[in-house]
Amino acid sequence: MNAQSPQPLLTVRGLSRYYGQHVGCRDISFDLWPGEVLGIVGESGSGKTTLLGCLSGRLDPSEGSVLYRDRAGQSHDVYAMPEMMRRRLARSEWGIVHQNPRDGLRMAVSAGANVGERLMAQGARHYGGIRNQALDWLDKVEIDAGRIDDSPRTFSGGMQQRLQIARNLVSMPRLVFMDEPTGGLDVSVQARLLDLLRRLVGEMGLSVILVTHDLAVARLLAHRLLVMRGGEVVESGLTDQVLDDPQHPYSQLLVSSILQV
Amino acid sequence: MSATLEGYNFAYLDEQTKRMIRRAVLKAVAIPGYQVPFGSREMPLPYGWGTGGIQVTASIIGADDVLKVIDQGADDTTNAVSIRRFFRRTAGVATTTRTEEATLIQTRHRIPETPLREGQILVYQVPIPEPLRWLEPRETETRKMHAFADYGIMHVKLYEDIARFGRIATGYNYPVMVNGRYIMSPSPIPKFDNPKMDRNPALQLFGAGREKRIYAVPPYTRVESLDFEDHPFEIERWERACALCGSTESFLDEVVMDDRGGRMFVCSDTDYCESHRPDRSEQEAAE
Repeated sequence: MNAQSPQPLLTVRGLSRYYGQHVGCRDISFDLWPGEVLGIVGESGSGKTTLLGCLSGRLDPSEGSVLYRDRAGQSHDVYAMPEMMRRRLARSEWGIVHQNPRDGLRMAVSAGANVGERLMAQGARHYGGIRNQALDWLDKVEIDAGRIDDSPRTFSGGMQQRLQIARNLVSMPRLVFMDEPTGGLDVSVQARLLDLLRRLVGEMGLSVILVTHDLAVARLLAHRLLVMRGGEVVESGLTDQVLDDPQHPYSQLLVSSILQV
Repeated sequence: MSATLEGYNFAYLDEQTKRMIRRAVLKAVAIPGYQVPFGSREMPLPYGWGTGGIQVTASIIGADDVLKVIDQGADDTTNAVSIRRFFRRTAGVATTTRTEEATLIQTRHRIPETPLREGQILVYQVPIPEPLRWLEPRETETRKMHAFADYGIMHVKLYEDIARFGRIATGYNYPVMVNGRYIMSPSPIPKFDNPKMDRNPALQLFGAGREKRIYAVPPYTRVESLDFEDHPFEIERWERACALCGSTESFLDEVVMDDRGGRMFVCSDTDYCESHRPDRSEQEAAE
């Protein structure tokens, strides 16, 4: 959909992660292109979150490699680079949206400080400037500017999730990892959050890796899908193709299990 | 009274322990602001009373040193008197209350008002050496943050202060950047004292006994207090002068005099206050 540069943003080859005898995920390979939203779907325990952890530099894989091409066009092996660089990457070019906003937010400090943290980590030292950017981002994620000094504890689940998104996007990342961003939200709030995500992803040209068990969320956001089961990718393809004409028996089961209202 | 106690090694600690602590001190001096772990010993006083400071002092004190001990600036409080007497008994060293005369000063929560000079050593007692502790409870994580100079979180705290109070409300233990590299907790000195640490000609050593850390600021090292461009670092100011010596430049303590709201402001540094009293200088002039 976007004017694509010829090089993939993320190149994953033969990625496996074992927990002792137990398989987290096995032999996963794919490319993620700039501006693409990749959905990873599957039932609970199918290795989605393990895979996301391995991709986002938080969980050492047992085998395989993850190559990331940075803003300057330089390619980095995520697990071969020093941890210092990996952290810098993770807080500037990447974003991670956790399923539970409490994992991704600093609950003890105000919403404004949460949004400003990445800016300050990158060297912003002007209070007024940081605050203005925080206000700007709160507006973008539809949080009332008057709540900037409130603790995220006083926010509703949907607001916390939106705050978490603002906190990640403030550094203008290129790649965002999302783990069930709409999990635990009621459907109307989910719908608003999905609209918001779709708009921001489009506006910023973000690449997203989206883990979800909710096929409706995948349908709305993802361009391409990986269907996982038992730690392996059993089917991959364009979202509409996978959902409308699933080939693998498990995908067929998954699609046919969607509740119709 | 001034006789050295028998049966104890010079300055209480055994020589092996002193060597171990000196190695930690040397490393700390070599990496300004970096917290060096050391094997902290049990000392004959409770944690929180200066076990870290007293071990550093015991390791570096020599027979010809002149020791001064202050507690919140005062020479005459229990803690200061006890530690001074401890070293008089175990090391037989000369002690003083005069900042200029001392070669070694152990302090709790203040830096003397009288400027320090080259050759003097200031030993701080530190309760919590980790400046990131209140923001990040995991020690493994704070060590990585120091190693990677990943310090954005420190400004989050200052941001939060301004957002809540309109100014940076941290009054003591105000975090500093040492030599442009490590963020360091200056121990709970008032931020009034922070500028004194910057490029100070004396050697500053910090000992945390319970937390088993030693760190240092070598002479003439850059020490900057963290701040924002539009909310620069500021020290406390008082609208009145010291009630005893009339100084307008020293750090003042507010002392409640009675239960009818009477109070007075006096210097927290007793030595400075005494040497600046007008009656005394008149006496000296008369002599």
